Amino acid sequence: MMNFFIERFLGGKQGAVAIALLALLILVIFPLALDLFRLNLVGKYLTFAFAAVGLVLLWGYGGILSLGQGVFFGLGGYAMAMFLKLEASDPQSTAIQTTPGIPDFMDWNRLYELPWFWVPFESFAFTLLAILVLPALFAYIIGVAMFKRRVGGVYFAIITQVIAVILTVLIVGQQGFTGGINGITDLRTLNGWDIRTDSAKYILYFINALLLLAVIMISRFVLTSKLGRLLLAMKDKEDRVRFSGYDVSNFKIFIFCLSAVISAIGGAMFTLQVGFMSPSLLGVVPSIEMVIFAAVGGRMSLIGVVYGTLLINFGKTGFSETFPELWLFFMGGLFIAVVMFFPNGLAGIYNKYVSKLAFLQRYLPAIKLPKSKADTQSNASSSASTSDNAAEGAKS
Amino acid sequence: MSTNTDFLLAIEDLTVSFDGFKAVDSLTMYIDKNELRVIIGPNGAGKTTLLDLICGKTKASSGSIQFKNQEITKLVEHQITRVGIGRKFQTPSIYENLTVYQNLEVSYSEGRSVFGSLFFKSTPKLEAMIEEVASDIQLTEFLETQAGVLSHGQKQWLEIGMLLMQEPELLMLDEPVAGMSAKERDETAELLNRLCKNRSVIVIEHDMEFVKKIARKVTVLHQGKILAEGAMEKVQADEKVIEVYLGH
Ligand SMILES: Nc1ncnc2c1ncn2[C@@H]1O[C@H](COP(=O)(O)OP(=O)(O)O)[C@@H](O)[C@H]1O
Ligand SMILES: [Mg+2]
Repeated sequence: MMNFFIERFLGGKQGAVAIALLALLILVIFPLALDLFRLNLVGKYLTFAFAAVGLVLLWGYGGILSLGQGVFFGLGGYAMAMFLKLEASDPQSTAIQTTPGIPDFMDWNRLYELPWFWVPFESFAFTLLAILVLPALFAYIIGVAMFKRRVGGVYFAIITQVIAVILTVLIVGQQGFTGGINGITDLRTLNGWDIRTDSAKYILYFINALLLLAVIMISRFVLTSKLGRLLLAMKDKEDRVRFSGYDVSNFKIFIFCLSAVISAIGGAMFTLQVGFMSPSLLGVVPSIEMVIFAAVGGRMSLIGVVYGTLLINFGKTGFSETFPELWLFFMGGLFIAVVMFFPNGLAGIYNKYVSKLAFLQRYLPAIKLPKSKADTQSNASSSASTSDNAAEGAKS
Repeated sequence: MSTNTDFLLAIEDLTVSFDGFKAVDSLTMYIDKNELRVIIGPNGAGKTTLLDLICGKTKASSGSIQFKNQEITKLVEHQITRVGIGRKFQTPSIYENLTVYQNLEVSYSEGRSVFGSLFFKSTPKLEAMIEEVASDIQLTEFLETQAGVLSHGQKQWLEIGMLLMQEPELLMLDEPVAGMSAKERDETAELLNRLCKNRSVIVIEHDMEFVKKIARKVTVLHQGKILAEGAMEKVQADEKVIEVYLGH
């Protein structure tokens, strides 16, 4: 039982060490070393890491690049924000409005009653369910429409990007229903619990960190299952998988839905910790940033992408304080450099250089060279060393 | 069109046309249970296309393909695989990033749905089967090796092994010995002779020495049509065949 847990949820001994180190960093070191303002900032960065973890499943293993993960982050974030906003808009606090009891931005936009799709978000249970089900459902619809028709690759990436644009335009345009470009702001309490206090911020930070670790473990379980190996197989030889009796599209739809749900959890935690949700978090730029986090961290590494996300966001904060206008160029350049020189990102660099000694000890006796040496590529076996998966070094 | 038959595979009047060019042209052919059939023919004769039609990679323009009396031209690829047809591609098609063991495991006929594969647990039966297949294809020592580093011949065998994991009733192999050494060819011939004991096999091959080692019944394809069919000796003596293919 314990063994099963270590192998399947932690990724073996090496994986267990990696996840323990990450847990130490985000659960102990950050809270001890950082003041609340900085810790809250890290908590915000870690919500983006959810999206990056989702991209490991979808892009790293599934080989499906989505440039619209911000959409799902936003769905989760908005669902949570709608609930909080309704709680903050009770008739007493909004007594000065034309229509008390509805969110302020609706009142400003001359709405006189709560739109029907807002009503269910008065229930916390519904909201929690919506955070998980809405993104899954939306991803399912997109997935069926695309993957059943065997749309993939660049076309899929472009279409997800377009969806991100459309959703942004929709939210910005429908100010009365959505809060428009400013988003949903001035959120206060969650079931009566004030989320703006210091203690709440600490608690939310820890909930977020634990959720992230849980999501990584669940993702690990998926990747170490037969389904995980099938994803790698599909990425390599989709036709072979099809002719082995698998309905390839179903697997793509599943992994797309899962990555969407994970991204949405991050979005919901963003809203709780940062206290607002706006279109600036779900459009083209954040969606692409999420891909960059994953690429820099290493798109085959569930844990590497968390470091990638942290690193880039620290950099972004530091950088944009000094040269705000240069940041986008810098990040674009970094992305190109990583893709060209370090296709496996930080995790790849770590595995290549830092864990080299461990690798030699562990694998030298185990390598069996095939009889015919003529066409072996001995370097391919070096990729078997990674803490994450045998396919880490896949050049895809 | 046809009524129930004892044939495993009944292809009748099958045609596919690519922009008017008929790569397979009103072809009729029957495969028995436990038969090993070799299809030969010059390049471009339509051999690969014929396999594409059977396994669903290409859709027929007209005609019928029945497998165990079930029409399969309307099925999609994975459904055709599931009724019991396995197909090996001309170039080795294996998962380079997975180990030999994982290649075989992934090809196993259970846990084919999303949730079936997510919660799939290896069973003693599967372990035994992988061992048996690995020994059949002489890769027992390489189970933990990444498939990408195997030699070309070993890759070909691995793909055959992956098909065996699917437990197909009809196995279709497109030029399985292309690029193999003489020794590997002999071993492959032996393997195929063993394989057809409890399933039907269709082999497409160019190499006549190899064909002689395995062939009982040969079909010669030319320009999408059957030129001759019968025992190897008879076909080899056929004048039309000599003219278009053997005599060059
Ligand atoms: N998808 C396709 N579109 C157009 N022409 C094709 C297609 N597939 C095969 N052909 C043509 O059909 C003919 C038969 O090809 P093929 O079945 O590969 O021959 P072979 O007997 O050498 O395996 C060739 O002339 C080839 O160019
Ligand atoms: Mg061919």
